Amino acid sequence: MKRLFAHPSLAIGLIATLIFLAIGVVSLVWTPFPIEQIDIPRRFLGPTPEHWLGTDNLGRDMLSLVMAGTWTSFLVAAVAVVIGMGVGVPLGLAAAAWGGPVEWLVLRLSDFIFAFPAVIVAILVTTLIGPGAPNAILAIGIFNIPVFARVARGGALSVATLDFVAAGRLAGLNNAMIAWRHLLPNIMSLLIVQGTIQMSLGILSEAGLSYIGLGTQPPETSLGLMLKDAQGLFLIHPLLTIIPGLAIVLIVIALNIAGDGLRDAIDPRLRQGNPNVLA
Amino acid sequence: MILFALRRFLGFAVTLLVAALVIFWLLDLLPGDPAQFILGINATPESVARLRLQMGLDTPAPERFIAWIWGMLGGDFGMSYTQRAPVGELIWGRLGVTLPLAIFAMVISVAVGLPLGILAARRRGKALDTAVMVVAQTGIAIPNFWFGMLLTLLFAVVLRWLPPGGFTPWHENPGLAFRGLILPSLALALPQASILARVMRTALVDVTSQDYIRTARAKGLTMGEAVWRHGVRNALLPVLTILGLQFAYLVAGTIIVENVFYLPGLGKLIYTAILERDLILVRGATIILILAVTATMLVTDIAYALVDPRLRERSAS
Amino acid sequence: MSLLEVSDLSIRFGATEVVSGLSFAIAPGERFGIIGESGSGKTLTSLAIAGLLPEGASLTGRIALDGAPMPASERDMARLRGRRIGMVFQEPMTALNPLMRVSEQIAESIRLNRDNAAVQLEVPALLGEVGLDPSHGSRFPHQLSGGQRQRVMIAMALASQPDLLIADEPTSALDLITQRKVLDLIAEICARRHMALLFISHDLKAVARLCTRVAVMHRGRLVERGEAAQVFASPQQDYTQKLVAASRFDPLRAERPPIGGTLLEVDGVTRDYRQNGFVFWAEKSLRAVNEVHFSVAQGECLALVGPSGCGKTTLAKIIVGLDRATSGAIRLDGTSYHGSDLPKPLRRDISLVFQDPFGSFNPRRSIGDSLSEPLRLEPGLDRPAIDARLVEAVTAVGLHADMLDRYPHEFSGGQRQRLAIARALVTRPKLLVLDEPVSALDVSVRGEVLALLARLQLEFGLTYLIISHDLDMVAAIADRVLVMEAGRIVEEGRPEQIFFAPQHRLTQELVGARLPDIGTPA
Repeated sequence: MKRLFAHPSLAIGLIATLIFLAIGVVSLVWTPFPIEQIDIPRRFLGPTPEHWLGTDNLGRDMLSLVMAGTWTSFLVAAVAVVIGMGVGVPLGLAAAAWGGPVEWLVLRLSDFIFAFPAVIVAILVTTLIGPGAPNAILAIGIFNIPVFARVARGGALSVATLDFVAAGRLAGLNNAMIAWRHLLPNIMSLLIVQGTIQMSLGILSEAGLSYIGLGTQPPETSLGLMLKDAQGLFLIHPLLTIIPGLAIVLIVIALNIAGDGLRDAIDPRLRQGNPNVLA
Repeated sequence: MILFALRRFLGFAVTLLVAALVIFWLLDLLPGDPAQFILGINATPESVARLRLQMGLDTPAPERFIAWIWGMLGGDFGMSYTQRAPVGELIWGRLGVTLPLAIFAMVISVAVGLPLGILAARRRGKALDTAVMVVAQTGIAIPNFWFGMLLTLLFAVVLRWLPPGGFTPWHENPGLAFRGLILPSLALALPQASILARVMRTALVDVTSQDYIRTARAKGLTMGEAVWRHGVRNALLPVLTILGLQFAYLVAGTIIVENVFYLPGLGKLIYTAILERDLILVRGATIILILAVTATMLVTDIAYALVDPRLRERSAS
Repeated sequence: MSLLEVSDLSIRFGATEVVSGLSFAIAPGERFGIIGESGSGKTLTSLAIAGLLPEGASLTGRIALDGAPMPASERDMARLRGRRIGMVFQEPMTALNPLMRVSEQIAESIRLNRDNAAVQLEVPALLGEVGLDPSHGSRFPHQLSGGQRQRVMIAMALASQPDLLIADEPTSALDLITQRKVLDLIAEICARRHMALLFISHDLKAVARLCTRVAVMHRGRLVERGEAAQVFASPQQDYTQKLVAASRFDPLRAERPPIGGTLLEVDGVTRDYRQNGFVFWAEKSLRAVNEVHFSVAQGECLALVGPSGCGKTTLAKIIVGLDRATSGAIRLDGTSYHGSDLPKPLRRDISLVFQDPFGSFNPRRSIGDSLSEPLRLEPGLDRPAIDARLVEAVTAVGLHADMLDRYPHEFSGGQRQRLAIARALVTRPKLLVLDEPVSALDVSVRGEVLALLARLQLEFGLTYLIISHDLDMVAAIADRVLVMEAGRIVEEGRPEQIFFAPQHRLTQELVGARLPDIGTPA
């Protein structure tokens, strides 16, 4: 732990991320104003002592909305990462441990899923079942699967050439045991770093999807949805656009700095890896 | 090399076919009766029956799938029920906005991102490097559509240099059409340029510590000359992979950014189609998007092999 | 006057001094060697001379070429080293630009440093001089073998007609025969061109082959220097004496267990690999092991030698059950198997010791955990019995039972190799397969590990199958030697027999490529 915090960027990134996360968690039990509280006479207020960040077009408290939106953004991105890891990592490990046709299949499958950017999946799902936050989670989660599958496979393959894996096979371990005992523990750091990257990409994607109406729907709120609500008004009331946008930018920067720091702290060699840096 | 390209092309065709199958399954089979789905619960049985006939839903699913694929090969994407127009024509009209937008954004991000990345790598550890990396770190974190809103605020409202949105068709006034795409392509390009700058810098810094750079210096080149003559081409290899993916996601990204600028592109068309449950139109539009993504990846693969003799041989021999 | 003069050279990274107060001089045409183990600062010294020190390194002292100090500007230094100094590095696999044909890379070197040279004529001439065919010029580096790439490196170094050639471990990544050929090539070219040589190596024999004067470096300091013959024959310093002693393998066969009946029999084993297996295009296969027959007797030490890529490691993998023979069979104590189908109850009878002590333990698991892994093959053992076995194995290799709770990174290479041997012993096997057991270790540790192996064999009545390319090591430890080439066994015999009267062409080449022991007249 001490070693991790020897890297200042990691400490800064992690602390900033945790602060945003804490703000999101707090919104579950307390916000300055209830986010559903519509108060038309008080709309379009600038920052006041009562409403620190002003109010929106329905008179809702912007600070409360940002807090709740932050939570939604984290939640969507985190569940999508869990989906991606939960499916992708076993696939990648299986590809590395079994090789042959299994590997071929996993690679083709991940190539195939790469052809479906989150937007396309979201379009298809929304057409079928209508809009909602689960669509965004599903769309982003599906896109995360091949990302984690590739990272897991790549990392596991370089571990698999090491002699201790052969020693494990000599000791009679089967492929699943090899993957569990020898491969997975040695690629955890890679997965954690990729997890942070996918978190930040997930937050950006959620914002994009909610903004075009394919993600979170009212009465829930998310940072992307706030931008959608402000769409028609941003030329007159720019604050309604600037505040949630800035919140997204700051959260993503915090996550990225934490991710870069983790990468440097855990293993300098990872920098030569091939992290997926695309949205 | 030809075998390599052929093999990649085969993979591309198979991917497309499987994607078509998935889309067909999702949009034609999953909703049960697509005609009922399109018209909603309140439709009369007669109108549903009429639409079923019109969509050819009475033939078995495999036949419908083959007919759909066969039609697309001949450029026929079916008829949009809501717009009462051929889907192919509708999409083609919108691509006139979406494609140029994606291409402009790509050109801008390459023209800005690569030189900045090279500059940062050459000045590694200096103030310029730090500045570029801070800007890039921020650029990656900015949602492109939000950046689009900020650009509109600045250039259209405060400075009044450019239109805030809307689009004049190319055939009416190419100059105005171009002006309408400047802000959207800038918005799209910012995150991509930031990513490119970072990838380029990392790749170049990695290359700098390679043994062949030391060899080149031993021949009598300075560090700068060695990196320029031997490093940049090697560093471009990872950048090329990223470029391919980027273009693919730019095409998808246009859908979101179009919204900010009220551009009549593919995104708008799809959005309306979703609201009106026009399955035929959604089906055609998604397959076109997937075609764009996979075709870009195919081109990237082949370009990569053209640059790197190792890859060319490994996969062709 | 000296061609190169280094006086009071020190190199430091921040606060740590890695080279201290080094002084030496090289006369025109002289062949000078620097000897040192890894971390001695020998490579940094050579980089300092060429002005190629890595970022973060700072240098004090004076380096002069023909009496003139090295220029300060980067550009002048680059041009000077291009014209006057040729360099050959250790890693032939990565030292060439992978995207450029080798003739272009050689031509670049000519164009940079000579004003009116006929490049079209010079490139083939240089390729010829280093023993390559002109047609090799049109290839990319990945299409050449390690030895060929090293020749290309030499051709590039010669292109500017330098006065000084700096060769830093130019052969340590090459196999034995190629190593000797490249050494001979360097010697011949230096003689023909009257070029001075600064040769840097950990291999005393290679230095003895090439150099007339040597310096020994240890932890950044020059500990001894003098005429090569004299230094090797009567080393003055402790460290040099240790190095010289370690470079010879003394015969270890004082006592040995009695040789019994046949333990393992390899009968017509063949292994084909399908190349580039793509689902629709089946490609022609590569035969790694071809109809191999031999047997190992109880208590014997059998060595399998051959150049890299001859199939000896594949064969070892089949025997221990990591790979599967395409045809043929192996019999262990009368039970027949084909490789990976080795029945579980028999697996405990065969163990493998790996070459690389750094990769053979999972860094995330304790030594005890790794060591107990093979005991899964003996399901009857309870926890106390397992612990007893671990302690027994660790003490057998001369280490302490406390070490079981520690993690791999806390051990040195030599200790890890002992632990790897302990893991191999934990199931009380009959046969130990050792894949290059000492080649990844520092010279000074090799003798200890070999002595340990000899002791264990005596103590436990073990049978050894040693895979190696190192004839000297094999001569010191083996009872019988098999020579392998291109998947076949081409010669078999006792070590004396093989080394004094080799029959097969490959064996003759291998024996001929051995460098003479140092300190004795060649």
